[in-house]
Amino acid sequence: MIQGNKKKFNVREIREQFPALRQLIYGKNLIYFDNGATSQKPQMVLDAINLYYSKDNANIHRGVHYMSQQATNGYEDSRRTIQNYLNAEKSEEIIFTKGTTDGINLVAFSYGQLLSAGDEILITAMEHHSNIVPWQMLCERKGCVLKVAPINKKGELIMEAFDALLSKKTKLVAVTHISNALGTINPVKELAKKAHAVGAKILVDGAQSIQHTKIDVQDMNCDFFVFSSHKVFGPTGVGVLYGKEALLEKMPPYQGGGDMILKVTFERTTYNELPYKFEAGTPHIAGVICLAKAIEFLSSYDMEAIQKHEIELAEYAQDMLTTFEGVHIIGEAKKKTSVVSFTVDGLHPFDIGTLLDKQGIAVRTGHHCTQPLMDFYKIPGTIRASFAFYNTKEEIDFFISAVEKSINMLR
Amino acid sequence: MTLEEKQQEIIQDFAIFDDWMEKYEYIIELGKELPIIQADKKTEDRLIIGCQSQVWLDSSLENGKMQFYADSDAIITKGIIGLLIRVLNNETPEDIAKVDLHFIREIGLQEHLSITRSNGLVSMIKKIKMSALMAV
Ligand SMILES: Cc1ncc(COP(=O)(O)O)c(C=O)c1O
Repeated sequence: MIQGNKKKFNVREIREQFPALRQLIYGKNLIYFDNGATSQKPQMVLDAINLYYSKDNANIHRGVHYMSQQATNGYEDSRRTIQNYLNAEKSEEIIFTKGTTDGINLVAFSYGQLLSAGDEILITAMEHHSNIVPWQMLCERKGCVLKVAPINKKGELIMEAFDALLSKKTKLVAVTHISNALGTINPVKELAKKAHAVGAKILVDGAQSIQHTKIDVQDMNCDFFVFSSHKVFGPTGVGVLYGKEALLEKMPPYQGGGDMILKVTFERTTYNELPYKFEAGTPHIAGVICLAKAIEFLSSYDMEAIQKHEIELAEYAQDMLTTFEGVHIIGEAKKKTSVVSFTVDGLHPFDIGTLLDKQGIAVRTGHHCTQPLMDFYKIPGTIRASFAFYNTKEEIDFFISAVEKSINMLR
Repeated sequence: MTLEEKQQEIIQDFAIFDDWMEKYEYIIELGKELPIIQADKKTEDRLIIGCQSQVWLDSSLENGKMQFYADSDAIITKGIIGLLIRVLNNETPEDIAKVDLHFIREIGLQEHLSITRSNGLVSMIKKIKMSALMAV
């Protein structure tokens, strides 16, 4: 499965396995550079979805019959696959959610129940709205205080400022591992150390890191790690919350319903143990099972080879883009993934995005759900090309000439 | 020219393009030509916030006919606004309130009116219709 020999990195061979990449958009070959928003799915995941619904479909944890057993096994096997992939100590520490946003909301509610007025939550200026709004809601509910660690123009966390904001009052640091708008990689292991030194917990938003880096939650020593399946080549509607067992034990359930209970009477309900305590109702069984397939697919390749390829793409794109007059790269952190966000003087990102679309190129334009970050740069948004391991240098060549053509049309 | 005739004229203008890029080239030119709304008119109450681009809209009633002035920070949006204004200017509020702007669909720009684009155009058309209704 995960162990064993890794396949040799060959981008042609990888592309072959993604049917969505082989299509014409407005009569042009699709160039999919919107991987930060969501990733395409390999045939193996598509087959698994089909197989699940054509054969194993049944509800889990409740049937004595064969199919229910099969589905339950598949679901619980997936939990172990994820546990292994994240190097979590126990499978009970893996909670299936609807996605990153859902995982953060779960923590904001349940861990939030343990907090009181005056307790502080520390985030950074580069967070996705998903890692801002749940904390604002918690602050309103509990009277906690939200602190925001600033970044420099390059898009890096200003460490001295972070340190200055961290105090005994800080109960949680919630930080993105990799910025979706800038590509900045945050030093989460170091941040975890700092958080723990003042007795705070740390949540790492792994939405943008799970597909680009090797994750080891024990080495990182984070208390919570969240990600979405759809960004790591799996189905939409499912995600993972990793939490340290001792902490999850202390937290009250998030939602009530079936599966999360031990015994229900009208007077009193006792809750199920981990991880079921946090998985109320029928989960996205097919999604969970197929997420494991996506993880198996990804881990059949060597992550270092993937990274090397992706970084080459990003650097090449960045070098080519900056040869155009008036192009500015937004996000120039020293440690950065395969995200290239840029603006063009005098031109609106929406116009460029629209023209690229008509040339078959999918990029994201706008604020990328990081409005406070765009305010920091005083821009309405950027054009963002975000690469995955199935993208190629030839695609970037085409993209660059399409950008040039678009700029010329608009100027 | 009637409202319908103006729509037909635009549909015919667009019929000569067989490529998306040509269509957009034309829209961009329109966007560049459109007189911009004066800076002092770009106020909050005239602003229609879209997720991607913003639109300013101002209207008035002169001799029973409506006049629209609009602007956008994105040039493609502005070009499409130009088309809308070409159709709607100098028409009565009654006609504007009931018109079906089918030309947008027929020239293939309906995607700009879908919620996914959320560029303020849908809200702009709503606002145009509202101001027409209020003027009736
Ligand atoms: C850094 C980051 N956090 C959170 C999210 C939210 O993920 P989801 O919408 O899958 O819950 C995203 C997705 O864009 C993201 O990039």
